[in-house]
Amino acid sequence: MASFHSLYSQIQIHGPHDEGIPLRGHEFPRIGKPFLSRWIGKIGDPQIGPTYLGFCGIASLICGFIAIEIIGLNFLAQVKWNPVAFIEGIAWHRLDPPDAKWGFSPFVPLEEGGWWIMAGFFLTASILLWWGRIYLRAKALGMNTHVAWAFASAIFLYLSLGFIRPMLMGSWHEAPPFGIIPHLNWTASFSVLYGNFYYNPFHCFSIAFLYGSVLLFAMHGGTILATSRFGGERETEEIMDRGTAAERGALFWRWCMGFNATFESVHRWAYWFAVLTTFTGAIGILLTGTVVDNWYLWGVKWGLAPDYPQTYPDMVLPPEIAEQVRAAADSSQTAVDTLPPPPPAMEGAP
Amino acid sequence: MSMLSFERKYRVAGGTLVGGSLFDFWVGPFYVGFFGVTTAIFALVGTLLIIYGAAIGPTWNIWQIDIAPPAIEYGLGFAPLKEGGLWQVITICAVGAFCSWALRQVEIARKLGIGFHIPIAFSAAIFAYISLEVIRPVMLGAWGHAFPYGIFSHLDWVSNVGYQTLHFHYNPAHMIAVTCFFGTTLILAMHGGVILSAVNPPDGEEVKHGQHENQYFRDTILYSIGPLGIHRLGWFAAINAGLWSAVCILISGPFWIDGWPYWYDWYLQLPFWNDMGLDGLH
Repeated sequence: MASFHSLYSQIQIHGPHDEGIPLRGHEFPRIGKPFLSRWIGKIGDPQIGPTYLGFCGIASLICGFIAIEIIGLNFLAQVKWNPVAFIEGIAWHRLDPPDAKWGFSPFVPLEEGGWWIMAGFFLTASILLWWGRIYLRAKALGMNTHVAWAFASAIFLYLSLGFIRPMLMGSWHEAPPFGIIPHLNWTASFSVLYGNFYYNPFHCFSIAFLYGSVLLFAMHGGTILATSRFGGERETEEIMDRGTAAERGALFWRWCMGFNATFESVHRWAYWFAVLTTFTGAIGILLTGTVVDNWYLWGVKWGLAPDYPQTYPDMVLPPEIAEQVRAAADSSQTAVDTLPPPPPAMEGAP
Repeated sequence: MSMLSFERKYRVAGGTLVGGSLFDFWVGPFYVGFFGVTTAIFALVGTLLIIYGAAIGPTWNIWQIDIAPPAIEYGLGFAPLKEGGLWQVITICAVGAFCSWALRQVEIARKLGIGFHIPIAFSAAIFAYISLEVIRPVMLGAWGHAFPYGIFSHLDWVSNVGYQTLHFHYNPAHMIAVTCFFGTTLILAMHGGVILSAVNPPDGEEVKHGQHENQYFRDTILYSIGPLGIHRLGWFAAINAGLWSAVCILISGPFWIDGWPYWYDWYLQLPFWNDMGLDGLH
C-alpha cells in the first residue's frame, strides 16, 4: 500500500514534506530541501524538490551549458559584442552549419561552421545523458522505462534532422541552423525546396498523430477532471481495482462514440500517439532528398494531386532540372519542355 | 444488449436538456437523446452531400475529391449548388453536427453525474472550425475565403493562405498554437509513459502508485505536478492549442494584411535601440 496520497479539496494541506522514496544504496544523494508553494498548489502539487542529479544529470547539465555558451557567444560575436544588439536580435541571431563545400567532414574551421558542429556535439551529448538519467531513475525507482523510450523517439527525430540525414546526404549544410527565427526559416524553405512537405505521407502521419495527441489529451484530461469528484485522478488505483470513476469515464465515451478505452488502455493510446508523432516525422525527414526529391511531384506520380496542365508553357527549365522533373513525373506523362534556357531577360535588374 | 458488466445500473432516465424522456434511450452502445437525433440528421445529410459533390465532380480519387466554397464574386450570398452551394449546405450540416455532438456530451455527462470538462474542451475545437469556415470569411466578406473539403485540397489551402502572408511561422499566435500542440504532445508522452511504467513494473517489482510517479518527476525534473494537476495542465494546453489556432487565422487578413515577417517592425524600431545606429536587423 502506498504511504502517500494526494489530497484535493478547497483547503490546501501544508503538512510534512514528502521526503521521497528511499534510495536503494549505490546512488548519489538527492539534493535540495523540499518546499511548498501555495500558488503552485492551486493548480498542482505544492511541493517542489528534492531532486536527483547523479552522474548523468551533472554531465548533461555541463554539456548543455557548454552548447548554450557556444551558441550564445557566437551570437554575441556576430553583433560585435554589443549587448544591446544581442538582446534586440535574440530571436533572429543564427549559428549556421558548415557550407556544402565542407561535406560531412568533422573538421571544419570554427568560423565556417566548426562552432555549429561543436555546439551540436555538446547538445547531443547533453540530450543523450539526459536520456540516461530518465532511464536510470525509472530503474532505480523500480518502475518500467516507458518514458525513456518515448523520449528516445523524440531524440530520433532530433538526430535525423541534425545528424543522420546530413550524413546520408553527405553534407552538414543540410542540417538546420541554431536560432529561433532561423530554424523556422529553415523549416519553411526545406518544405519548398523539396516540393511542398504537405505531400510527404510521413509528414501527414506525423501531423495526424500530433493533432491526435492533443485531441486525446483533451478527451483524457476532460474525462479525469470530470470524474475527479469520484477520485478519477487516482488512475493507477482505478487500473488495479476499478471504481465508479473509471466506470463513469468509460461509459461516457461508450455512450458518446460507441467505444471506450479503459483507465489503463487510454494511456497506451496516448503513449503511442505521442511516440509516433516524432517517429513518423523522423521517417519523413530521412526520406527527403535521399529517396524523394520533390514530394509534390511524388504526389502527382501516385495520384495524390492532379496532373495540372502547364501553367507557363513558355517557361523552359534548365536541362538538369528538367531531367529530374521528367524522371519524377515519368509515369504520369507530364510533358516537360527541355529546350535550353533563354538568356536572362532581366539583366541588370536588382 | 451490448452492455458492459457494470453498465446496467448506470442506464438510468434523466439528465436530458431537450425533449424530456422522448429520446432518452440507447441504440446498441450509443446514447441517443434529442441531440443524437440532430447529430445523425446533420451528419447523414452532410456526408451524402459530400458523396453527391464527389459524384458530380471530376474524380472519385479519394485524395483529390474537392468540394470548394463559392468563388469570391458571390461574396456572402448563396451560390448555386454546383458552384459552392454544396459547400455552404455541407458547412451548415457540419456546424450543426458538431454543436449537436457537444450538447449530446453535455446530456451524457449530466446523466452520469460527472463534470462538463469534455464538451468544454470540444467547444474549443468547434470554435476553431467555425473561425476558419464562418467567422473569418464573414470578416473578409466572402465565403470564398474558407477552406475547401478535400484531403489534399485543404492542405493546399493551408499552404496557399500561409504564403499569402509570406511566412506563417512569424505569426505570433501561430507560434503560441504550435507551442501548445508540441507541448501537449510532450506532456501526453510523459503522462502516458509514467502511468504505464508504474502499473507495468519490471519482473519482481510491485505495482507503483502516485508516490512513485511524483518521485520520478521530482528526481528527473525537480517538480511533479501531481495526478490531478497533470490533467488540468493537459486539458488546458490542448484547449489552448485550438483557441490559439483560431486566433492565428482570425488575425491573418482581417487584422493584419502585410506579411507576418513585417509584424516585428514595431519591436525592431523601438526608439531605445533604433537610435543607437546598430548594424544588422534594420
